[in-house]
Amino acid sequence: MDALKTTLPYIISGISVGGQYALIAIGYTMVYGILRLINFAHGDVFMVAGLMMVYLAASLPLYLAIPLVILLTVALGFTIERVAYKPLRTAPRMSVMISAIGVSYLLQNLALYITGGLNKNYPAIPWISDRISIFGMETSRVTVITPFLTIILVAALVQLINHTKIGMAMRAVSRDFETSQLMGIQINRVISATFIIGTFLAAVGSILFFTNYPGVVPTSGAMPGLKAFVAAVFGGIGSIPGAVIGAFIIGIAESVIKGLDTILIVNGAIDEQIGLATFSDAFTFVLLIIILVFKPTGLFGEKSTDKV
Amino acid sequence: MLKIENLHVSYGGIRALRGISLEVPDGKIVTLIGANGAGKSTTLRTISGLVKADSGSISYDGEELLGMPIYKILEKGIAMVPEGRRVFTNLTVRENLKIGAYLRNDKAQIEKDLDWVYELFPRLKERDWQLAGTLSGGEQQMLAVARALMSKPKLIMMDEPSLGLAPLVVKGIFDIIRQINDQGVTVLLIEQNANMALKIADYAYVLETGLIGLTGTGRELLVNEDVKRAYLGS
Repeated sequence: MDALKTTLPYIISGISVGGQYALIAIGYTMVYGILRLINFAHGDVFMVAGLMMVYLAASLPLYLAIPLVILLTVALGFTIERVAYKPLRTAPRMSVMISAIGVSYLLQNLALYITGGLNKNYPAIPWISDRISIFGMETSRVTVITPFLTIILVAALVQLINHTKIGMAMRAVSRDFETSQLMGIQINRVISATFIIGTFLAAVGSILFFTNYPGVVPTSGAMPGLKAFVAAVFGGIGSIPGAVIGAFIIGIAESVIKGLDTILIVNGAIDEQIGLATFSDAFTFVLLIIILVFKPTGLFGEKSTDKV
Repeated sequence: MLKIENLHVSYGGIRALRGISLEVPDGKIVTLIGANGAGKSTTLRTISGLVKADSGSISYDGEELLGMPIYKILEKGIAMVPEGRRVFTNLTVRENLKIGAYLRNDKAQIEKDLDWVYELFPRLKERDWQLAGTLSGGEQQMLAVARALMSKPKLIMMDEPSLGLAPLVVKGIFDIIRQINDQGVTVLLIEQNANMALKIADYAYVLETGLIGLTGTGRELLVNEDVKRAYLGS
């Protein structure tokens, strides 16, 4: 009972972190599904959303700042695609990927220029950052809200993809650009829609994520971005359910590893802290290597079939 | 009427079409025959807007198509059944048909047209909810034709619809082509199976390395000695 009571808080916070990773991971996996592009700038868009919140909340009330942050982030995602990826539509895939890396550094350096590299305090959002008590553990309300909000958004997204015209067009474009065009689908619109959805989710994710952290720095997007990317690969890149499940698994595993010392002490397995928490990030990347070696298509990834 | 005049197309230095001119009158079946690499597919791909031309003109009912975006050309009533069928294997049969009607907004009429193509292809109706990837080659070809019909085209272009299909299935496809034409749809057909194509065609053009060689009615070319030797294997 004691063991459960010690472990539970880590699991709950892991589920929450997993939800935040999931919201970012969907952006990676959708863009990959359509363009076969790893959008390296995605994590930085997430960071920029955090910074926008810092600046906008300083001068606007939150009920205006939050929707504005989401709107501006979506506009940023849309613009990045139009400016940095669309002109390279017929270029080799490697060129687009390098362009994505360029955008990533551009955003980081712009952020560095604007913030001077200083930590910017993230505004406290009332209600969602209130402390509450659940199963005898003290946490902020956002921890509890995140997984539910994630699941609602994912359900809505799956509905959109499977049961609407634009969703059908996305699935068609992800399979075959040329034939989609012959059906009258304007692929640039579909690709823009994909970026808009991806950045919208990342913007929501950033609000949930940064609320739990003291502040934003220009490299704040790198780590969550990478973890979400690993989640997308783990789940099978291109698959939305895969990315979500991958993100939850990584979030929970990471959080449990952070608390592993305490859990083991309570169980009597060890006598003192041995610093296992240090390995929480390493775990994610070891997982990436294992997946790539043993099951490169991930949990739900499709076998790549050659188009004949 | 579709009218091509002095069309030049090249891919990275290779001149695929070197000034071809041809006409596809309304309500007819016109076929392009020719060896591999003669420029047959390039001609269709240029009409549909997938490939850019160097010079020349393609007009449909007097309106210039060159430079028009692909979806506009489809809106004008020109649909294409691409080579190798290219059905969306990750979509169901019904979704494939619905995506054929992507540019249309008349929901009630789309439902009616679904019934119409299911009447033409009863096999597809049986497989309504199956993923297109699970269909046989012949069924996929039927689906590709049905999908193009869902845009309600005035002119349907088919790129090698008989490729890789069993003789009996090929016959079925040609029967369908005739049926579609009987319903008033103009057909522009590319075939390596010159024998079948010439039998069904009102007019035929023989393409030779980017140039039009012979032209005539299907019947004329079918008995032409040069065509016999080169394409009919007798």
